[in-house]
Amino acid sequence: MAIFNLNVNGKTQQIDVDPTTPMLWVLRDHLNLVGTKYGCGIASCGACTIHLDDTAMRSCILPISAVGNKSITTIEGLSENGDHPVQKAWLEHDVPQCGYCQAGQIMSAAALLKDNADPDDGAIESVMNGNICRCGTYVRIKAAVKTAAKTMK
Amino acid sequence: MTLIKTSFGRRTFIKSTALAGGGMMLGFSWLAACKPSGGGMLSLPKEWFKINGYLKIGENGLITIMSPNPEIGQNVKTSMPMIVAEELDVDWKNVLVEQAPLDISIFTRQLAGGSQSIRQGWPGLRMAGATARQMLKEAAAKAWNVPVEEITTEAGMLQHKTGGHSAGYGEMASAASQIKVPKEVKLKDIKDFKIIGTSRHNVDGLKIVTGKPLFGLDYKEEGMLIAMIAHPPAFGMKLKSFDDAEARSMPGIRDVFKIDVFANDYEVQWCDTLSFNELVVVVGNTTWEVMNAKKALKFEWEPIKPKKETINIFGSMVDVVTPTGPENSDEHTENMKSASLKPANVVRKDGDPVAIFKKAAQIIERSYTAPFLAHSTMEPMNFFANVTAEKADLTGPIQTPEFMEKSVSARLGLPLEKININMTRMGGGFGRRLYGHFLVEAAVISQKMKAPIKLIYTREDDMTCGIYRPAYHATYRAALDENKNLIAFHVKSGGIPESPLAANRFPAGAVDHYLAEDWSLPSNISIGAFRAPRSNFIAGAEQAFIDEVAEAMGKDPIDLRLELLAKAAANPVGKDNDYDAVRYAGVLKLVKEKSGWGTASDGVHRGVAAYFCHNTYVAQVLDIVMKDNTPVIKKVTNAVDCGIIINRIAATNLAEGGIVDGVGHSLYSAITIKNGVPQQNNFNTYRLIRHAEAPKEIEIHFVENEIDPTGLGEPINPPVIGALANALYKATGKRYYDQPFLVKQDLLG
Repeated sequence: MAIFNLNVNGKTQQIDVDPTTPMLWVLRDHLNLVGTKYGCGIASCGACTIHLDDTAMRSCILPISAVGNKSITTIEGLSENGDHPVQKAWLEHDVPQCGYCQAGQIMSAAALLKDNADPDDGAIESVMNGNICRCGTYVRIKAAVKTAAKTMK
Repeated sequence: MTLIKTSFGRRTFIKSTALAGGGMMLGFSWLAACKPSGGGMLSLPKEWFKINGYLKIGENGLITIMSPNPEIGQNVKTSMPMIVAEELDVDWKNVLVEQAPLDISIFTRQLAGGSQSIRQGWPGLRMAGATARQMLKEAAAKAWNVPVEEITTEAGMLQHKTGGHSAGYGEMASAASQIKVPKEVKLKDIKDFKIIGTSRHNVDGLKIVTGKPLFGLDYKEEGMLIAMIAHPPAFGMKLKSFDDAEARSMPGIRDVFKIDVFANDYEVQWCDTLSFNELVVVVGNTTWEVMNAKKALKFEWEPIKPKKETINIFGSMVDVVTPTGPENSDEHTENMKSASLKPANVVRKDGDPVAIFKKAAQIIERSYTAPFLAHSTMEPMNFFANVTAEKADLTGPIQTPEFMEKSVSARLGLPLEKININMTRMGGGFGRRLYGHFLVEAAVISQKMKAPIKLIYTREDDMTCGIYRPAYHATYRAALDENKNLIAFHVKSGGIPESPLAANRFPAGAVDHYLAEDWSLPSNISIGAFRAPRSNFIAGAEQAFIDEVAEAMGKDPIDLRLELLAKAAANPVGKDNDYDAVRYAGVLKLVKEKSGWGTASDGVHRGVAAYFCHNTYVAQVLDIVMKDNTPVIKKVTNAVDCGIIINRIAATNLAEGGIVDGVGHSLYSAITIKNGVPQQNNFNTYRLIRHAEAPKEIEIHFVENEIDPTGLGEPINPPVIGALANALYKATGKRYYDQPFLVKQDLLG
């Protein structure tokens, strides 16, 4: 066990945990932030996507010991009231079916729009390709990303 | 105006309202309620008055409507309350929705399966709203001393025009809760619907996009421990012994032990399917610690003995044989091919197909196959259990709470009334969570630990413990005369371990000489219902075959189907044809019009298919373009007849998802078995369709009619596999018979 000081959603958190523990389980089991989802544990589905500084990361393979001074943003910290343009676009397009993968989709989309304010279909597909939606809401996700991009301009 | 009685079946409405104890104030959890999007909603009331089991009204007019059925992403949590709200005649913005408890004395069929939630819930949901509205009117009539017939309602307001009276529902809620439940009530005319048929956003939408706890995996209680299971690595094996010395010594580990999921003498029901009855359990403080300890377990496995058991499937006892192993996919393929050449069970025969095939000028014969599939719900199997000597509290994702309550009751030796199952929102179902062995496992583990526990399956546990979509094989034959008329049709299909045959579906009824046969092969690979069971294979096979028949006959594939359907409508062959040929033709005509069928476009290759299953008619045109020698699905145009649409935006979303499901699995997905071991155990080896491969555009067109609504969860994905195969043929010149159509070998293992 080791003590780590993390910046999660703008708050400093002290956690005493095995250094190999992936951030996914630190968030879910230790910090009670369950918006970040477990889907595969091997960075193949994207359900656990968080931001490390401004970069989208799969938290299921990111050990707490590798976080360092970087700040962590989870779906709970993306906005205060669910009013990030990506979240609003998701609501406008009524994207979710079961909803389980959508936090990861939203975190990937928000990171994409930070890098590329006006992504075309190809850019959306290539960045979002790591996020599986088993319900098949892909067409709506693409439309919602475009709507968010417009409102962020 | 339709009059309906306020009781139906064995569940009487009067009983359910009497249970509520009219006028009592009820506890209310703000956290459990969902606020529909849109501003201007009333604030929370001081008091709630329960009018019946489906709804309660606050003194300020806010309404809470219970959503009775499990929510797996089909959006019933929004659409079912919309039906109640419609008949109650309230403003949707003043409606809160709560997930109902499991209570079969009040609610009808609290099950997510068969695309039946809306279809079977429809009368009860309308009755619940209409009954409450009538009771509010009677309360107002009493208060104002006017005839009840003169009272009208609108958007949560009661009015007596000539007397100049008006009141909100909230003001009359207390009095209404004391009114005797009427024996029959009037339902609204369909033309007066204000909520049904509109688009209302998912009531859980805001919680989903902000990451609030909603799913079973998110559920926590004070003092809760984490549990995981280890199961045999291969079908046909069972536990012989295990060594837990290292695992027990690891940090955070509380206990390691073996459990039997069901007792030996337990009579299993249809939803008790499981692959491995003996499991090793690791219990500890946190998920990561338990995951690591599980990896430190050492096992010895041994082959199972062949067994024969009798399963209770809705009251009929069915013998199921489980052979010993190990099994292999290569052998499955060979065995299915051999079985298809042997005599089989004749399920339906019209005319004299054998004689007609003998004298045919041309016979077209094709075979189709599909592999095992894993449901791959994004939320892996899990359940919370807190079992004490007095009761069992269980919370999590389950499609069959009513049935699993019985299984748990039998296993724990607690009566049904001591079992409390709470339904969480589910991270996907697709049929997988009809089979709730994981709920029983959680209960057994909690009982043993004398503590609240949450059982979590890893993705690998989830994907390798079976309950797969069966592997299938179908052979089709068509006989043509010298003028290229279709004179006989033959389907012979089977699978491991069940046949996908639907003998009374089209083209049965449209061909004078028709033969349908089936066969099956036993296996120790466990299987279960997978979104549109059996149809998810046979529809695509049949629709691809009809495309080849049309080509051989020199006919347009839509024209051929319409000709056959016209014959089935005017002069049906045989009995028990289970489709309405006019509605069937209706979706084909609609898709023909909406897709602009027949208008050629450069580089666009089109396939068509149509099917009827789960009470809903669907036709699709799928367009492919080739890009760098790879097929890209440019557009899928759908025509759907599911009767009255409840929630337009959600219905459209669900249909879009069905398209992606159908094309995704048929292009990419397969579970293959080697020496009993599934060769795929996670999403790096089991391919699910991803963003870049999804259709670029999907159009959903609904047939507008006033027929009672049917479901949309399952009827969409079966035919699109046929439309895809037919478009692939146009694009590549090659017919596709064996699923998955693409990446057959390169991703295995």
